[in-house]
Amino acid sequence: MESAETTLARYGMVIDLDRCNGCGACATACAVENNVPPANTSATERTGLTWLRVQRVSNGRQFPQNRAVYIPISCQQCGEHTPCVSVCPQNAVDVNPETGVVSQVPARCLGCRYCMAACPFHARYFNWFDPKWPDGMEATLNPDVSIRMRGVVEKCNFCHGRWQAAKAKAAANGARDIDPADYVPACVDACPEKAITFGNLDDPRSDAARASKSANAFRFLEKLGTDPKVYYRSDRAWVRRLADADVTARESEASRG
Amino acid sequence: MDKPLILRGARRCSTKRFLTWLAPWAAMAVLGVLAIGLCLVKGLNQTNMDNRFAFGLWIFLDLAVIALGAGAFFTGFLLYILRRDELRAVINSAVVIGFICYSGAVLVLAVDVGQPLRAWFTFWHPNVHSMLTEVTFCITVYLTVLAIEYLPIVLRNRQLRKVPSFLVFEGELHKVMPVLAAVGTFLSFFHQGSLGGLYGVLQGRPFAFRDGFAIWPTTFFLFILSAIATGPAFVLLTTSIVSKVSGTRLVRHVVYELLAKVSGWLLIVYVGFKSVDTIVWLNQTAPRSGVNPSQFYAWQPFGSWVLVVEIVILGLVPALIFISPTRRRSLPWLVTASVLASLGVATNRLVMTIQTLALPTFKFEPFMTYWPSWQEVATFLFVIAYGVILYSLSFRYLRLFPQERELQKY
Repeated sequence: MESAETTLARYGMVIDLDRCNGCGACATACAVENNVPPANTSATERTGLTWLRVQRVSNGRQFPQNRAVYIPISCQQCGEHTPCVSVCPQNAVDVNPETGVVSQVPARCLGCRYCMAACPFHARYFNWFDPKWPDGMEATLNPDVSIRMRGVVEKCNFCHGRWQAAKAKAAANGARDIDPADYVPACVDACPEKAITFGNLDDPRSDAARASKSANAFRFLEKLGTDPKVYYRSDRAWVRRLADADVTARESEASRG
Repeated sequence: MDKPLILRGARRCSTKRFLTWLAPWAAMAVLGVLAIGLCLVKGLNQTNMDNRFAFGLWIFLDLAVIALGAGAFFTGFLLYILRRDELRAVINSAVVIGFICYSGAVLVLAVDVGQPLRAWFTFWHPNVHSMLTEVTFCITVYLTVLAIEYLPIVLRNRQLRKVPSFLVFEGELHKVMPVLAAVGTFLSFFHQGSLGGLYGVLQGRPFAFRDGFAIWPTTFFLFILSAIATGPAFVLLTTSIVSKVSGTRLVRHVVYELLAKVSGWLLIVYVGFKSVDTIVWLNQTAPRSGVNPSQFYAWQPFGSWVLVVEIVILGLVPALIFISPTRRRSLPWLVTASVLASLGVATNRLVMTIQTLALPTFKFEPFMTYWPSWQEVATFLFVIAYGVILYSLSFRYLRLFPQERELQKY
């Protein structure tokens, strides 16, 4: 399907959990790229702004069978029945038809947090505090991304600022579509293990589309029917089993271990 | 001191005693103003809500008081549309309670949102697919309707009646009261339903998500039913409390009986639908979302006992008391059943708000708990204090119970 000017894309990523070593470079790069302020001294792990969080999960077994996996979790960019889009009372959550990216419009957000209650991935964050940077650190702010105020919700948008920059570059070169190499989110760039593959899932030539269809690729909470565009993969069966929502299965697995 | 303002022919306590009664509530309200000020100035970091518990005590309060405030529209519907004239004895009181509940909820919502000054955005660029948009529109309009319904009650005050134009205005307002009651009923059906819909549409939260009819999940209809079933019971409860506190007979027992009968049969219907809904949800809707429904009740304190308490003890039991003609003759039984029914609707709203958010969605996440901060509790108490003060003033100076003067003769 094509618009008059650009090809419509459906951006997504595939995260190889067997490669992720939990270093957190992705989360750091994300915060720097998107002008996420340093945590307030009163903030807790439940009131911080972590567009991309890396969660350590154990298989629940005792040594020497104990194994762990690090799972980077950001907005899963749902494609169907996107829970946060339909609930927002004032259209502050937007899906870009050109990219399929779900974005927050902080300038329009009322801060009612209904979208947060709706999100099964807990990928939305509320600004509980005024954003503050230590003196001098303002100079490191990314001029392409606006900072958010207290009282609004924010979340991962696949570094939409980078997509806009890529689009501007393509336009300057007289091209209709962007060069895929020009649009790579900060987390993908930063990962030292190259665990994240990003691209247009609708483009069969893209690495991301191929990886999303590979064996052992999966999505979290797929049965909820929200069609996330963030895929994961692992060759370990116990890691893949983490994807479904059945908490009781976790307990029986742990007890077996 | 304030005798010229007091309702003619009504027995009211001395000014000093009245002020003594108001003093603790005023102190509670002052504490609430302090807490509200802190939240508005310093932000919602003053609460114990967080990214997981995006909703807390306040949303529970909003849902609960709006359900209890349904007595206003439903009594109006029974009186003006279904012509149950006996309810004229409590309609004024029901309107004041409704106004208190709705205005209290709107006030707390204004503190609860991160950017209250942007509240008008919902009207400017509304998302018509959002249940919250519908709730915002309906509650705003219905609060206006309640204010207009409150106005003639105020204008009938002894001193205000002396102004001829007020009297004429009040008479004109009275003529349109059935229209207002119809508008109020229409609006209320929708926003009570949409408040349930808020949760029922949450596809990402299998504990709250329900199938439904057309665009409405079953919680839409269950919230309407539970609100109209509990509203009359809450009118009964408040009337009996006011009667006890003021030491005055306010309505004939037949009025209590009618309210109880209406509540009772509606509760029976509600409990029936709620039970069917629960069975379908646990056996079909939740498993389809990849969830084993037993995990909903695997985390304490939200064990399966919550279902039994909500549906049986706080639903079926008060319903059976209400529909029994023998029990209905006894006020203590009616008050007990009203308390149970009111707690029942509050439990339902608590479960939908708090348990929905507490349950983990990821397999590897823990169950999370939340306890409100003193600022949240004080804001909650502010609404209670505001309600008691406004109601006390209304009871002292306005004719809330038309049968009162007549009953005092006996």
